[in-house]
Amino acid sequence: MLDPLVRAWRDPRGRVGALVLAAIAAAAALGPLVLPDPLAQPCVLTCRNLPPSLAHPFGTDDLSRDILARVASGGRISLAVAILAVSLSVTLGAAVGLVAGYWGGAVDAALMRLVDAALAIPRLFLLLLVLAVWEQAPVVALIVLIGATGWFGTGRLVRGEVLRLREESYVRAAEALGGNRRRIIFRHLLPNTAGPLLVAATLGVGDVILLEAGLSFLGLGVQPPTPSWGGMILDAKSVLGAAPWAGIFPGLAIVVTVLSANLFGDALRDAVDPRGA
Amino acid sequence: MSLLHVRDLVKHYHSGSLFRAGAHPVRAVEGVSFDVETGETLALVGESGCGKSSVGRTILRLQEPTAGTAVFEGTDLFALDRIALRRMRRRMQIIFQDPYSSLNPRMTVGAAIAEGIEIHRLARGKEVGRRVGALLEEVGLDPGYATRYPHEFSGGQRQRIGIARALAVQPSFVVCDEPVSALDVSVQAQVLNLLADLQRERGLSYLFIAHDLAVVRQIARRVAVMYLGKIVEKGPTEELLRQPRHPYTVALLSAVPEPDPTRQRSRIVLTGDLPSPSNPPPGCPFHPRCFHPRRDERCRIEVPLLRQVGATRAACHYAETTPSAEAAAPSG
Amino acid sequence: MSRVLDVDNLRVSFPAAGNGRVYPVDGVSFTLERGRTLALVGESGCGKSLTSLALLRLVPTPGRIEEGSRIRLGDTDVLGLKGESLRRIRGRRIGMVFQDPMTSLNPVFTVGDQIAEGVLAHFDVSRAEARRRALTLLQEVGIPDPVARLDAYPHQLSGGMRQRVMIAIAPSAEPEILVADEPTTALDVTVQAQILEVLDRLRDSHGMAVLLITHDLGIVAGRADRVAVMYAGQIVEEAPTDELFARPSHPYTQGLFASVPRITGPIERLSPIRGSVPPPGAWPGGCRFRPRCPKAFDKSETMPPLLVVGPDHRMRCWLAEQEGEGPGPVGFAQGDHP
Repeated sequence: MLDPLVRAWRDPRGRVGALVLAAIAAAAALGPLVLPDPLAQPCVLTCRNLPPSLAHPFGTDDLSRDILARVASGGRISLAVAILAVSLSVTLGAAVGLVAGYWGGAVDAALMRLVDAALAIPRLFLLLLVLAVWEQAPVVALIVLIGATGWFGTGRLVRGEVLRLREESYVRAAEALGGNRRRIIFRHLLPNTAGPLLVAATLGVGDVILLEAGLSFLGLGVQPPTPSWGGMILDAKSVLGAAPWAGIFPGLAIVVTVLSANLFGDALRDAVDPRGA
Repeated sequence: MSLLHVRDLVKHYHSGSLFRAGAHPVRAVEGVSFDVETGETLALVGESGCGKSSVGRTILRLQEPTAGTAVFEGTDLFALDRIALRRMRRRMQIIFQDPYSSLNPRMTVGAAIAEGIEIHRLARGKEVGRRVGALLEEVGLDPGYATRYPHEFSGGQRQRIGIARALAVQPSFVVCDEPVSALDVSVQAQVLNLLADLQRERGLSYLFIAHDLAVVRQIARRVAVMYLGKIVEKGPTEELLRQPRHPYTVALLSAVPEPDPTRQRSRIVLTGDLPSPSNPPPGCPFHPRCFHPRRDERCRIEVPLLRQVGATRAACHYAETTPSAEAAAPSG
Repeated sequence: MSRVLDVDNLRVSFPAAGNGRVYPVDGVSFTLERGRTLALVGESGCGKSLTSLALLRLVPTPGRIEEGSRIRLGDTDVLGLKGESLRRIRGRRIGMVFQDPMTSLNPVFTVGDQIAEGVLAHFDVSRAEARRRALTLLQEVGIPDPVARLDAYPHQLSGGMRQRVMIAIAPSAEPEILVADEPTTALDVTVQAQILEVLDRLRDSHGMAVLLITHDLGIVAGRADRVAVMYAGQIVEEAPTDELFARPSHPYTQGLFASVPRITGPIERLSPIRGSVPPPGAWPGGCRFRPRCPKAFDKSETMPPLLVVGPDHRMRCWLAEQEGEGPGPVGFAQGDHP
């Protein structure tokens, strides 16, 4: 199970991606402990829209809050949403894919038609609709909604893998030994879909971060005063001319995080694919 | 009473989805009958598409049969319910052809071998490990290998591991589905010897599926030749090879490369291609490619049945006069 | 009997785990002659496929052909070619037939197109002419109803037909040499016979030299003029076919023969070679077969060169120096079998 991770690490892309992600995660986790409170407004009138300086490395925003602290805090939320939502998606996708692939027949057909129908609905619009109606949705709801709308591709992927794996001799051997369905699914099929699942998860993180940022930018995602990268860009919109750093730094945070997640995901995909045995 | 008694086994594969019934099912097995006695090896020989692998899998109910019966140790295999079938699985096992896909890459070798023991609760705790070690030794591998993963082993070693896995449940009957076809010559010999030794030591019976007549001769006392889903000839191996009665057997035998330049035999080169199993020819399945001088209309209309001709049973209307390879294609 | 290809001390290296390199092809030398077939025989891992790829400079990276190797095609030094001139010998002067006909043909082009492509790549002729030649080639390899087959796609043909198409493509550029890498391994026995027949006919009608790579001794017996046995990157025995089968002298060759089940003659327990083929990184010093050899002795610790052991017959074994070395033919060419 660890082998593709090790291989991805050896790949220069993978290493860069992993290191940057780790740095961002560390900053998000530890930053708020050492940085000033993101909600604090120490000097309400005089500290507005200050450019980056030693005291405020990322500058301050329109409400005199330290941007670096907010980026770090926002990182916590964004990364948490991404990881949790992706976990939900991957679990749902794997479950559906396994059931559809292994049982086949009518069950498979039904599930796949469901996936087809769901994929026909644009995810973003659906989320916008739900979130617009459900004002001030809590973060947990956000996570569940994003997670529940993101498993379709993974489901198809896992189903494809399972269809392939079912024909492998070792699965037949397990059947011949008298293994029941549960054993075959959990001992033989699932572990061998781990590779593609890992890849889907890693790339999914980048997707969700963008999605969440977009929703927050539109005011429908994470609600203020909880800091989030998308929300920060929204706030920065009005003062973009006077204080561009208020939008640049959260934007940079998004770009760098998504890029490194994708880099690592790419390296992981290469490590998983030409595996041979 | 035979250990295994198969009668009129039929297996058709249906293509097509839920909404469109398969127009032409693939008639992989079309009425196959044979017996396997305790402690002996029956070989099932044929080229790709003849249905031999399907026979093996269907008997074990890894695939459901379309029709026919299989009675094993007195029990009707096709009538068993899921629970009883699972218990029966202890008695009959299978070894696969491809050493590279027959082991789960994510499981250690020891876990793979132990799986049968676990499923049937044949041992617990330390005893399991002990048995795994003993099995590894029995197939000629170091017991310490149990903690390693399949990719660390060569093809021949993986086959041995697969054999150990099958033996772990102490079966009386093993279907060997082309177990040596994917192996190099010297490794093939090692595995063949191992299979023969195990048969002797454990009193195993084999249904040995292969396409190589020379290999079959080495390990099987009786052989059945398959073509397009039917058995076209069967009998004692030596007799069948000495004087084949079905034209296909003659052609098959003549095509086996002889590693002796001074004894190059005449080779019958069959014309045309193997017909598709979803669209078999009427009458005798072999007639479009048959070189028997007496082939006629009857062959095109009437399906020949297996009947005793000389020392073997052959499904040919004119089996008494089947020419030898020499006569049919004299070497230049 | 003109010499068409001269391979001398061919070595192919790959980077090894850690530093350093391994040499899966380690000093292989042989020649090919017009109208004759040389069989390169060995089990997996002996380096025979890499050898054939090296002839066309198709060794996959990170492998490379080492300094000191020489491949001369007539007057041309193959290893010195670059770019366009290298491309021109591929197919045009050396043709190759690969093992697996299913993956060697492009599924989205018709058979006729693929053969014509071969012609067009090397000859300056019109499409119509190329198509005509393609038809001729299909007929030569004995494909029934060739006119219809020209417009068929690979998946519409059987394995045997596909392999014939592969073989038809090979001489489309009229090469001097045909390299056939396990051309029949993926095929049924009856189809094998057909394919080998086709290869022979092509060889004779086009006057090509054939390098036949295989692990199947049976195929070799009927088809090859000369045999070279490879083990662990080296040629360990070479002789005219009849001679090799009558007097296999290298213990590895003898071991191979003893491992092959026979269709005629007495049925005996097979005597396989003990142990298994070591990977390139794990070759022992001295004679590479030593750990598995039933006749190893103290001199085996030094690498033997190819020594003469019979008429036009050499082997890489110190036993060649011992007189009266009757290697004991392991049941071959004995004439009076029951």
